[in-house]
Amino acid sequence: MYKGFSKEPMLEMFIFESLQLAEQLEQTILANEKARCLEQNVINEIFRIMHTIKGSAAMMMFDGIASVAHSIEDLFYYIRESCPENLEYSTICDLVLGSIDYIKREIAKLEQDCDLDGDPKALIAAVGEYLSVIRGNSGENTAKIDDVPLLAAGEKKFYIATSKSSVETGNIRYRALVFFSSDCEMENIRAFNIVHQLKDQVEEIDYLPADIIENNATADFIRENGFDILFTSRLVPERLKEFFLKDPFVDHLDLRVIEDEGPVDEPLKARKQIIAADTEEAPEQGRQPVNCRQSMISVNVGKLDQLMDMVGELVISEAMVTFNPDLATAVSLDNFHKAVRQHRKIINELQDIVMSIRMVPLSMTFMKMNRIVRDMSKKLNKDVILEISGEDTEVDKNIIEHLSDPLMHLIRNATDHGIESREERKRLGKPPVARVQLEAKNEGGDVYIVVRDDGAGLNKEKILVKAQAQGLIQKPESELSDREIYSAILLPGFSTTEVISQFSGRGVGMDVVAKNIEAVRGTVLIDSSPGLGTTVSLKIPLTLAIISGMQVKVGNAVYIIPITSIKESFKARPGDIFVDPDNNEMIMVRGRCYPVVRLHRRYQVKTDITEIADGIIVIVENDSRFLCLFADALLGEQQVVVKALPKFMGKIEGISGCTLLGNGKACLILDVAGLIKPD
Amino acid sequence: MSEIVGEVGRQEEDTQKGKFLTFLVGKEEYGIEIKYVTEIIGGIQAITEVPEVPEYVKGIINLRGKIIPVMDVNLRFRKDARDYDDRTCIIVIDIDDLSVGLIVDNVAEVVSIADEEIVPPPDARAGFQNRYIKGIGKAGNAVKLLLDCQRLLSNEHLESLHQFPDQPK
Repeated sequence: MYKGFSKEPMLEMFIFESLQLAEQLEQTILANEKARCLEQNVINEIFRIMHTIKGSAAMMMFDGIASVAHSIEDLFYYIRESCPENLEYSTICDLVLGSIDYIKREIAKLEQDCDLDGDPKALIAAVGEYLSVIRGNSGENTAKIDDVPLLAAGEKKFYIATSKSSVETGNIRYRALVFFSSDCEMENIRAFNIVHQLKDQVEEIDYLPADIIENNATADFIRENGFDILFTSRLVPERLKEFFLKDPFVDHLDLRVIEDEGPVDEPLKARKQIIAADTEEAPEQGRQPVNCRQSMISVNVGKLDQLMDMVGELVISEAMVTFNPDLATAVSLDNFHKAVRQHRKIINELQDIVMSIRMVPLSMTFMKMNRIVRDMSKKLNKDVILEISGEDTEVDKNIIEHLSDPLMHLIRNATDHGIESREERKRLGKPPVARVQLEAKNEGGDVYIVVRDDGAGLNKEKILVKAQAQGLIQKPESELSDREIYSAILLPGFSTTEVISQFSGRGVGMDVVAKNIEAVRGTVLIDSSPGLGTTVSLKIPLTLAIISGMQVKVGNAVYIIPITSIKESFKARPGDIFVDPDNNEMIMVRGRCYPVVRLHRRYQVKTDITEIADGIIVIVENDSRFLCLFADALLGEQQVVVKALPKFMGKIEGISGCTLLGNGKACLILDVAGLIKPD
Repeated sequence: MSEIVGEVGRQEEDTQKGKFLTFLVGKEEYGIEIKYVTEIIGGIQAITEVPEVPEYVKGIINLRGKIIPVMDVNLRFRKDARDYDDRTCIIVIDIDDLSVGLIVDNVAEVVSIADEEIVPPPDARAGFQNRYIKGIGKAGNAVKLLLDCQRLLSNEHLESLHQFPDQPK
């Protein structure tokens, strides 16, 4: 993480901004591809983004990126200006997406300190060629029905869209001509000051002359002709007038509301100057609340990790203070306990805030999947739509990083293997357009991410045969549940596809999914019904770092059980326990029978408490499966900082990690899911 | 810049070269290369036992907020367990980013053993089952058994515990 700091701040900023813009552009394109037409404001947005990228790339002397952005900018300039009729939307999309890919690739190289060696010539040539095609044909009256009749539909749309948006959002376009008092001097600086103050209040600022800061000669120009500003705002004209005239140097003002983007502002448009990225992104706020960037700062994740670690240490040291053995000798502790309570409350709040800082919505990760589905459905000749829901669900930043790859594999698998070919779907009488659903939801302390397709479903027999042939499953068929059989596809080296396609089939995909999800202590569940589709659910914890846990004592050892999995605890009577012929102990609670695991037996810990009546029973739940754990006693609830077991230990069934107690001793955290899993 | 760092690194390596930390396990005196040793903890602190690991892995300890596993070298060499006393030490070694504590009976000293003074252990073909020794060093009149740390930590035991079925490629 700290490698990032060594880079020049300018470069860092460039990478960050350009990537964000590229992401935004990609989403815009994909969102509009479904509509199959370009609205005027979309064209403007693409133009603007490409312009920004071009500008900053040229400034950083990344000629490749700049020239690609320039060519796309050219294309859209032409589209915007002359509204050609014969646009093929998919071609344009391919061109734009191709350039975005190129830009992203180059930026990735920048991040790794490699040389930028991507050759943009082919891309530029393709864009140029297409531009000349639409230029050449723009005079002719081509009557292609499949193509998007941009002028007719697009322009109408545009008019409706503006009037609609001004009604809905109250955004009005203004043009203000500001004249400064004749003796004020340095008009260009005053003008910049106005623009600067205006930025907070309005959106999409344009101004003429554009180079007020760099060029002192503009002062004369402003003195002669006034300072011309073009912007949109929610404010009523009266308020704006008030704002302008507040400036002591403003002599008089000509404020007009602009009804449509007529030729009046074209010269201004053409000399468009990009002020700053945040003004550019401001118009996004209305449409994409999820990506709202207002009053946000970007922080290096490394610093957040450090902060998290520090809070973790604080939690441990709090326990060290409050459970300090020296307190046992103290006489009166009333005031101490009062202070401790306050202390703990503040630490808990601090912890919550730090956690919430690290929480990131899944929307960015989900949006990336749109592109994958688009590309694949095109290449594989299948009609697939991706339905996304619950994308505002938040998970820890560190977990998100582990989700991108698995989701990509799952989506690919669903589109490639799950969904049948067009002909097959027709034959089966299924809807011609296949659906892949990507859903996220919160449940208890976990987040579920579900990928569901309405394809053919998994072939249970085939998986079983293959898994047995490869020696991945040893148990006889009769002892296997459907889920267990399906889970075989998660094992490394497993693949049922005979044909390796461009996208999947090498048998590494699901393995990656399982590994990544395991790394964040999540689980993968697979359900499928033949002919109806497959559902893969990823269950992941909300956060990795700090959990609240119940300390239980077994002999001299102390274990932590995550509070979220504890249902209840109680003292049992000696007669409550009964034993089946295989020596499995069970207990009946309110008419339900639960298996009992004695922790001291399971972990071979010496303890004096072996009678059921002397200890305590804790009922734990995972995935609506229950288990009774028998321990000596409960010691109390505590916030614990989860640490991984040393790699040297390998993975131990039933133990998910370890933590440090207030007395500095290490103790183990029980993995309820692992304990419940039948061996 | 990187050259200077490399230079310093080499110097450090040079000063550590040929030096061994020696310690007692049972009657024998063993040595490990000093570059692997990060610290020595005198006395035994509270060890948290971990289930389902080989007997010689005694558990985990908290080393200033870092959790590291500890192994009893006596048990690792299949010798009888000895009670820990105030001479018992934990030597923390660090190999390939893996920190492990070794419980030994007694830490002796740091000795320099030149390469010429180190002889290879008897050939395995002569029926000598050698698992952990990579050389035998002579320091004065005494003989030190030089441990192969990598092999000491190699967790073939863990692999056998958590073995996956053969994976066809």
